[in-house]
Amino acid sequence: MKRSAWLAAAAVAGYVFLYAPLAIVVAYSFNDSTMNAQWVGFTLDWYRKLFRNQDMLVAARNSLVIGLTASAVATALGTMAGYAMYRWRLRLLPLLVLAPIAIPEILMGVSLLLFFVMINLTLGMLSITLAHVAFCIGFVAIVVRARLAGLDESLVEAARDLGATPWQAFRLVTLPLIMPGVVAGALMAFTLSIDDFVITFFTAGPDSRTLPLAIYTMVKITVTPEVNAVSTLLMLLTLVLILVASRLSPGAMRGR
Amino acid sequence: MHTARLHKWLISGPPLAYLLIFFAIPTLIMVVASFRDPGPYGGLAPLFTGEPGAAGVALTTDNYARFFTSFVYTGLFAKSLLYALITTAGCLLTAYPLALLIARSPKSQRDLLVLLVILPFWSNFLIRVYAWVIILGPQSVFVGAFNWAIGLAGLEPVRLLYTPAAVVIGLVYVHLPFMVLPLYANLEKHDPALLDAAQDLGAGAWQRFWRVTFPLSLPGVYAGAALVFIPAFGIFAIPDILGGTSGAMIGTVIKQQFLDSRDWPFGSVLSMVLTVVAVALAAVAAWFARRSRL
Repeated sequence: MKRSAWLAAAAVAGYVFLYAPLAIVVAYSFNDSTMNAQWVGFTLDWYRKLFRNQDMLVAARNSLVIGLTASAVATALGTMAGYAMYRWRLRLLPLLVLAPIAIPEILMGVSLLLFFVMINLTLGMLSITLAHVAFCIGFVAIVVRARLAGLDESLVEAARDLGATPWQAFRLVTLPLIMPGVVAGALMAFTLSIDDFVITFFTAGPDSRTLPLAIYTMVKITVTPEVNAVSTLLMLLTLVLILVASRLSPGAMRGR
Repeated sequence: MHTARLHKWLISGPPLAYLLIFFAIPTLIMVVASFRDPGPYGGLAPLFTGEPGAAGVALTTDNYARFFTSFVYTGLFAKSLLYALITTAGCLLTAYPLALLIARSPKSQRDLLVLLVILPFWSNFLIRVYAWVIILGPQSVFVGAFNWAIGLAGLEPVRLLYTPAAVVIGLVYVHLPFMVLPLYANLEKHDPALLDAAQDLGAGAWQRFWRVTFPLSLPGVYAGAALVFIPAFGIFAIPDILGGTSGAMIGTVIKQQFLDSRDWPFGSVLSMVLTVVAVALAAVAAWFARRSRL
């Protein structure tokens, strides 16, 4: 009994360690002081300031455009990759799908920087989007592949026996059945794209700041409570996306 | 049969082509870049030389020679390895009680408890690092309390932000879920009858842990260690934000080589060494995990 009390205390400390920093950011976003120190009083000023900050609004719009485009393309390609990996024994594709997830992010960032400069592509919205698609494909493919693993193959066979072409069988039977996995993959890709800092940092140009890049600049140069406000809003957005995704595909959000 | 092959190419072809162009080729370009000369204004010198009689392709191992003969850069690798090692130990110590508690909770609560570990991990990476800028910053009430406490013990007040300690704290915080999940996955499978048997045979709580639970959990420990150590080793944003100059790691220097001093070949060398070390470490971890399962 004594030991389990000790264990519970250590575990509670672990949860406090996980949540206290985020709670502090949220709390200070409502603090009526330019310093992240003493609690002075409640205010919404930092949110008002944030919504009048033109740089932040542009960055948020860039993030949204890149996130929507990249997740749409990555979902299409990732679903194809996941289906191909489920259907056939392939060698190269699984390797290329998993490697970007396994290697340190910075390597992908710098190698894409070299690549874009070499092919004379001006760094900007396009280069960021292309890079985001590259690292999102794998995550979508894994979720879709996992969903396919639970698929009842006899349904597809029945459709084929009843005269459906392979394409019809896929579109009318397989796709609706794996749709929750596809949507969860798309939401995951969108979240990863909106959140990505490292790869974006290397593939962005001077006129294509995303929200994480704007946050980075604020954190590095001037720490004002506006960062707390934008952080709180981003956390809220992520939380909503996770709730939607986990409703659609229970278990898909495990691990990452 | 013919159409089946066509289907296979139609479906696997586009993602394969995309990843070849935007992952495999850039990686190969980096490999080649590590053997090239830096350009006079940064970037890369031309790969093909027009000099008559020369081999035509200008490749050099100078960049690697520069790395292996420089204590600055090999020392930096050693320092990054050390930080990653301390981070792994810190994560293990923090994660073990959490994973054990979750594994021994009633089945109905486990999913929720696991979700609570993953949830902060889904919030923006920069925000999680930034939180520590507040907590460890000079105006922070926490640092104030900490310095007051060590002042009672007669110690001088310390600065925490922009030190190696801040980097390690940030690294532990960000990587903790990577350690909790594999540990929990392992601990959950343990047969409680083993602990009962050990107790019947007279083992105390401490002995039961060290001689039954811990040895059985080693595959989870190795998996978690690999998942923490490898990304922590190559990380760039955490030392960049929390480390200042004294807390620089290899990732910070790769960034400097590419963006500030614009020495791309040398930056590529550092990236190559980082990749080789990371892959080698992953292989070692996989080997340990397999051996401990036998």
